[in-house]
Amino acid sequence: MSGSHTVTEVLRRYTVSTRRSAELALLIGAWVLGVFAWILVDAATSTTTAGGWISLIGSGVILLAAHGVVRKYTPYADPILLPAVATLNLLGLAMIHRLDAANAARALANGTKIPTPDVYFQVAWMFIGLVLFMGVLIAISDHRRLQRFTYTSGVVGIIMLFLPLLPGIGNEVNGAKLWISIAGFTFQPGELAKILLTIFFAGFLVTRRHTLALVHSKLFGVGFPRIKDFGPLVVMWLLALMVLVFERDLGTSLLIFGIFIVLLYVATGRRSWVIIGSLLLIFGAAAAYKMFGHVRIRFDVWLHPFADPQGTGFQIVQSLYGFANGGLFGTGWGQGYPQLVPFAKTDFITSALGEELGLVGLTAILLIYAIIVERGARAAVATRDPFGNLLAIGLTAALGIQTFIVVGGVTKLIPLTGLTTPFLSYGGSSLVANYILIALLIRISNAARSPEIEQNVELISEVNP
Amino acid sequence: MIRQINRVTAGLIFLLVALIVNISYIQVFQAKSLRSQGNNQRVLLAEYTRQRGPILIGSQSLAESISTTDSLTYLRKYTVGSDFAAVTGFYSLVYGATGIEAKENDVLAGNDSRFFVDRLQQLIASRKPKGGAVRLTLNSAAQVAAMNGLAGRTGAVVAINASTGEILALASSPSFDPNLLSSHDPATIKKTYDALTADPQEPMLNRPLALTLPPGSTFKLVTAAAALESGKYTMNSVIPAPASIPLPGSDKTLGNWNHKSCGPGDKTTLKHALAISCNTAFALLGIKLGEQALYDQAKKFGFESSFTTPLISATSHFPTGLDQAQTAMSAIGQFDVRATTLQMALVAAGIANDGVVMKPYMVSQIMAPNLTVLQNAVPQALGRVMTTENAQSLQKMMIEVVTNGTGSNGRISGVVVGGKTGTAENKPGESAHAWFVAFAQTANGPIAVAVMLQHGGGATEVSGNGLAAPIANAVMRAAMKQ
Repeated sequence: MSGSHTVTEVLRRYTVSTRRSAELALLIGAWVLGVFAWILVDAATSTTTAGGWISLIGSGVILLAAHGVVRKYTPYADPILLPAVATLNLLGLAMIHRLDAANAARALANGTKIPTPDVYFQVAWMFIGLVLFMGVLIAISDHRRLQRFTYTSGVVGIIMLFLPLLPGIGNEVNGAKLWISIAGFTFQPGELAKILLTIFFAGFLVTRRHTLALVHSKLFGVGFPRIKDFGPLVVMWLLALMVLVFERDLGTSLLIFGIFIVLLYVATGRRSWVIIGSLLLIFGAAAAYKMFGHVRIRFDVWLHPFADPQGTGFQIVQSLYGFANGGLFGTGWGQGYPQLVPFAKTDFITSALGEELGLVGLTAILLIYAIIVERGARAAVATRDPFGNLLAIGLTAALGIQTFIVVGGVTKLIPLTGLTTPFLSYGGSSLVANYILIALLIRISNAARSPEIEQNVELISEVNP
Repeated sequence: MIRQINRVTAGLIFLLVALIVNISYIQVFQAKSLRSQGNNQRVLLAEYTRQRGPILIGSQSLAESISTTDSLTYLRKYTVGSDFAAVTGFYSLVYGATGIEAKENDVLAGNDSRFFVDRLQQLIASRKPKGGAVRLTLNSAAQVAAMNGLAGRTGAVVAINASTGEILALASSPSFDPNLLSSHDPATIKKTYDALTADPQEPMLNRPLALTLPPGSTFKLVTAAAALESGKYTMNSVIPAPASIPLPGSDKTLGNWNHKSCGPGDKTTLKHALAISCNTAFALLGIKLGEQALYDQAKKFGFESSFTTPLISATSHFPTGLDQAQTAMSAIGQFDVRATTLQMALVAAGIANDGVVMKPYMVSQIMAPNLTVLQNAVPQALGRVMTTENAQSLQKMMIEVVTNGTGSNGRISGVVVGGKTGTAENKPGESAHAWFVAFAQTANGPIAVAVMLQHGGGATEVSGNGLAAPIANAVMRAAMKQ
C-alpha cells in the first residue's frame, strides 16, 4: 500500500500537461480558416460546387481522426505541429481550388472541356497522407526502433532516389526525371527518399560521430578531420552530383546534401565539416555550371531575369509580377492573376499566395514554417537519445531547407530549382511524404515531452517482454 | 550536440527570415517598378476588370466601357467611330493607350489619388471600383463639320474658343476606327494596327498637333503683328510693294503670284498688302523689321514651345541665324518656318482675343466615379502678344481679307469674319500645302480656326481660299450654332 502511494506521488510530480485540447482548438481554428478561404474563393470566382463542401468536411473529419490518434498514441506530443501543417495544407487546398476556378473560366471562354478540378485529387492525397500519418504513429511506438533500419533505409532511400532513371517506369516532366509512373499513378520517390536518407544519416552518424570528430590538423583555429574519414562525405557528394547529372534535379540534390551536412555538423560538433561541405558544394555547383546547359540557364536567368522575359525568364518574371501585384495586403482570394504564372499550383504556389494574400499573408505563412522548425528543433533538443536528437533535427532541417530552396527560388533570392513547397503545393508524393515526416517529429516530440517514468516503464517492458 | 542543434535551428530560422526580408523588398519596394514593366499583363488585366470611365463632350459619350461575358469583362466602345480618334486615341490590350485614353488614364482607370474617398466608399459598400469620367471642351457639331470637310483629303483642323483657349475641334484626316484597336481579340488588334502603320497616308498620325509644315502666307499675320508692335507702322502705313524683288545675296528673285505690283507706284498700305497677300511687301517688311523682331513675335504667339492640351503638341519653329534673303522668305512663312495647325489657330486666336493668347486645353472637367465634379478647368492666359489697339487693327486687316481680299470663301452672312489664306510652297514637284486661318466674332466671344490641307489635300489646283476656307467656314458656322 505504501509503495503504490509513492508511485502515485512520483507520477503526480512528473505529470505534465498534455496540451491535447489546445491542439484540438488550434486544429479547429485552422479548419475554419481553410473554410473561410474557400468561401472567399467561391465568392470571388463565382463557383460553388457540392464537391467543395464534401472536400472541406472530408478534410475536417480526417484531421479530427488524426488528432484522435495523436491523443491516444502520442499523448505528450507537441500540440503545435499538427495544427501548423494542417493550416498550410488547408491554405494550399484553397489556392489550388482558386487556380482550378481560373482553369475552368479559361476553358469556358475557349469553349473547351472544363478539366477535373485538381483540388479533389489533392484532398484525396491529404486523406492518404493523414492515414499514413496515423499509421506511422500507431506502428512506430518508439522512434529508437528506426535505428535498427539504418542501412535498410539507406539502401531503399538511394534506390528510390534513382528509381526515375529506370526505363519503363521513369517519367520525364519538364526536363527533370523525378517521377515514376506505375499503373497510371505517378509518384515522386525523391520526397520519400528524403526521409529514408535522413533516418540513414542519423543512424549512421550516431555510431560514427566520435571517429568523424577526431581532429587531424588545425587551420585558422579550426580543427580539420583526418583525410581517411572523408569517405562518407565524398560518397554523399557524389550521390548528390549523380542526382543532378542524371535526373537534372537541382533541388533534391541540394536538399539531400544539405541535410547530410547539417547532421554531420550536429553529430560531430565540428564546424570544419560545414566548411568542407560548403567548399564541395561550391565546387560542384561551379562544375555543374560549366558542364550542363540547364544549370547555366537557371543561373543566368537568376542573375538577369528580364533579359528574356518572354522566354527563359518567363516563369520568374511572371512570379515577380505576381508578388508585385499582391503588394502589402494582396488582392484578396480569387482577385489576382496567379494563373499567369506557370506551375502556379506546384512550384510557384508561394507566388500565387503572395499575390492574393500579400506580404502580410505570405509572411504569416513563412512564420508558420518558422514555428514548425522551432517546434521540431525543440523536440530534437529535448529528446533523450542521440539518435532521436539527430533524426529530429535532420527532419526539421529537411523541411526548413526545402522551404528555403523553393520559396527562395520563386522569389529570386537564389536560383530557381524545382521542389514542392511542403504542405502547400499540389502533388501527392510531397504531401504524403511530409505527413510521414511530421508523424515522425510528433513521435519524437512525444518521447521528449513525456514524463521520465513512462519512458522507463516502456524501456523495461521492451527489455523484458 | 544540443549546442549544434541550437545553431542549426538559428541557421534555419535565419533562412526563413531572409525569405521574409526578400519578399518584403519585392512586394513593397520593388512593386512599383515591377508593375510599370511594359510586358506586365496584370496591370492591364486589372484595368479591364474595372469599368473604365467615359470620355464625354456635353452629355454625349465618345468612349465608354460596356460589360461583356469574356474574361476581360469590359470592352471599350467608341460610339462615334473615327471622327474623334485624334482626340480620344485608343485603348489597346496589345499596344497600350494613346490620346486622352493615355493622358487621363489615371482618372479613367480610377487610379487617381483624388478618388481616395470615393474608393473608400466603394470598398465599404463592397461595390466594384469604377473609373472616373473626363469631359472635353470639344464641340461635337464643329468636330463633325471639320471631319466632313476633310473627308477624302489629307489634312487637319483646329478650332479654338479664343477667349478661353477651349479646343472646340481637333480633326485629323484620314482617321481610323479606335474600336478595332480596342477589341478583345489580339489577332484583330495586331492586324488592324499593322495595316494602319503600313498605310502611306498615316491615318494614326495626329496631324493638327504632331505635324509641323511651312505655314506660307498665313504667317504674314505674325509679320504684320511684328510691324504694328514695332510702333513704326499702322495698318495704313504705305510700304513698298513691287511686282518682284531681287533676293539679297543671291541671283534669285521673289515675285507676287500675279506678277504684278500690289499698288500704284509699287506701293501699298499694310492693310491692302495683307488683303491681297502681297509677297514682296511682306518680304521687304521682314527685312526691315529684322530676324529678331519676327522671332520674338512668333515666340509670343507660341512658337518655340510645346503645348500640353493634355495631348502634347509638336514645337513650331521660326529659324535663326538668317541672311536677308532667308529673312525675306521666312517673313512670308517659307524657308524653315514650321508650324502646327494648332499653332496657326493660336495666332488667329491671339489676334481675335484682342492680343491675349489663351492656353489651349481640351479637358473641361474631371469627375469622380459617382460623377461628382472634382476639377473644373480654369482658362489661363499664355500672355499678351500685342497691344489691344494693334490687335484690333490686325482684326480689321483680317476682316478686309475676307470681305475684299483673297479669303472670300470665309464669309458668313451676318457674322464678322476675319481670315488669312496661305499656300505654302514645297520642294519642286510636290504640290503646295493649302492653309486658311480665321476668326468669327460670336455672341460668346471669338472663335478661331486653322485649316491645313497637306499637299492641297490631293487637289491639283492648290489655293487656301478655294480648298481650306470653305472647311473653316463650315466649322465656324457649326460652332456658332450651340
